[in-house]
Amino acid sequence: MIKPRDPDAEAALEADDIALEVFIHALKLRHGYDFSEYSRASLKRRALELTRKFGVERLGDLIPSTLYEPALVREIVSHLSVPVSSLFRDPEVFLRLREEVLPMLASWPRINIWLAGCAYGEEVYSLAIMLAEAGLTQRSQIYATDFNDYALERAAEGIFNRQNLPEYRRNYMESGGQARLSDYYHARYELMRMRRELLERVVFAHHNLVTDGVFAEAHLIMCRNVLIYFTQPLKDRVLELFADSLVRGGFLVLGNKEALSATSPVADRFELVSATDRIYRLKRDGV
Amino acid sequence: MSESGYAALAIGGSAGSLEVLCGILEGLVSPTRLAVVVCLHTASREIGELCTVLSRHSALPVIEAQESAAVAPNQVHVAGGGYHLLVERAATFALCAGPRIQYARPSIDVLFESMADTYRRRLAGMLLSGANGDGAAGLRAIHRLGGLTIVQSPETASAPEMPQAALKLFAPDRQNTPDQLIDAVRGISRLAR
Repeated sequence: MIKPRDPDAEAALEADDIALEVFIHALKLRHGYDFSEYSRASLKRRALELTRKFGVERLGDLIPSTLYEPALVREIVSHLSVPVSSLFRDPEVFLRLREEVLPMLASWPRINIWLAGCAYGEEVYSLAIMLAEAGLTQRSQIYATDFNDYALERAAEGIFNRQNLPEYRRNYMESGGQARLSDYYHARYELMRMRRELLERVVFAHHNLVTDGVFAEAHLIMCRNVLIYFTQPLKDRVLELFADSLVRGGFLVLGNKEALSATSPVADRFELVSATDRIYRLKRDGV
Repeated sequence: MSESGYAALAIGGSAGSLEVLCGILEGLVSPTRLAVVVCLHTASREIGELCTVLSRHSALPVIEAQESAAVAPNQVHVAGGGYHLLVERAATFALCAGPRIQYARPSIDVLFESMADTYRRRLAGMLLSGANGDGAAGLRAIHRLGGLTIVQSPETASAPEMPQAALKLFAPDRQNTPDQLIDAVRGISRLAR
């Protein structure tokens, strides 16, 4: 038989579960950041990391900071989001964008691109490089949005750790890069700063997918590794927001492990471009 | 302590664990009510290949754990590369693209801790050969919530650091040789509920 119950351990777990819900509620009521439809397992993990960062013992100890220390909210929100990427992450996706999607985008006189959840900006610069190499920069406008203000500031700075450079270089090559990656950054000590010219057609803005509406009329929306943190109803709502934001024939790119499932309410508004690279296209005839 | 009443088995391993894992999978009795979840430190491109290799040793289907899919019984779910794998309370999988933890993504700690919360006493955890400390804290989390904890005995592991790290942290229920691990999964899968 399995072991007898340990009431103390189970009580501690239940207390943490309740503390997490109260913490989420406090963040929403006090600051308007709504994490209530985030998948709990990884959110709990990040909240527990936050307790260590703040030097407090229990999950519930985060609640007073949330309520009474407004200066900390930025840090809390920043820590609860997951801003990890790399330049040309999943290079095969960027290769397909370069070879199959950009030529289609080129048929529009003006190309609006929405990078939803741009985090520290790795994809902003990756995309800006590709647009430059395709000669499309002057016709493009990239809207890079995130709800994490700290991440937005970092993204605008465009400073990355050079320690990851071998990976970035390899990704760039595999994505069909036409120059040398070093043409696009200045190296300084252990850091690399992306060239400012790449931001010529980029606007950074605060936008929260959970609470905000249509941001722009877009020809391409990239939102990778964001939906994995959302529960199904929120995923469906955000996908609907994307469908409403795209022009007819516009493209949607999701993360490698995210799919527009057949059960999604907007599934029939899209057609599949690449199952492996999770690229979809809003149907031209609309609904 | 006998092996009846478990709903899920979590297995973690790294360097030198593949051969042991293949033996363990051969010990699984099918059909079973047990759901098996495996986390090895693998690169993203090898997941298909890994599932193919493992399925040759398993009477149960071996598949990559998919985001929001159910942690289904009578299946071996394997964590893909590049993302952390977690289990939600509703016994569905979740992924996280967060930073590596102790150089690992997928992290065994992340999987084990989320499964401990979900299955509590009805979870069995096994930590196999590996050359780093990932999984020790996760196995302790399983232990704290009343699950069964088994480490591969370090003297039988080609990389003993992983089971040793767990032994340093707490006293797992068992230290098993590969043959004993096979016997254990036979019992756990036959008596699962």
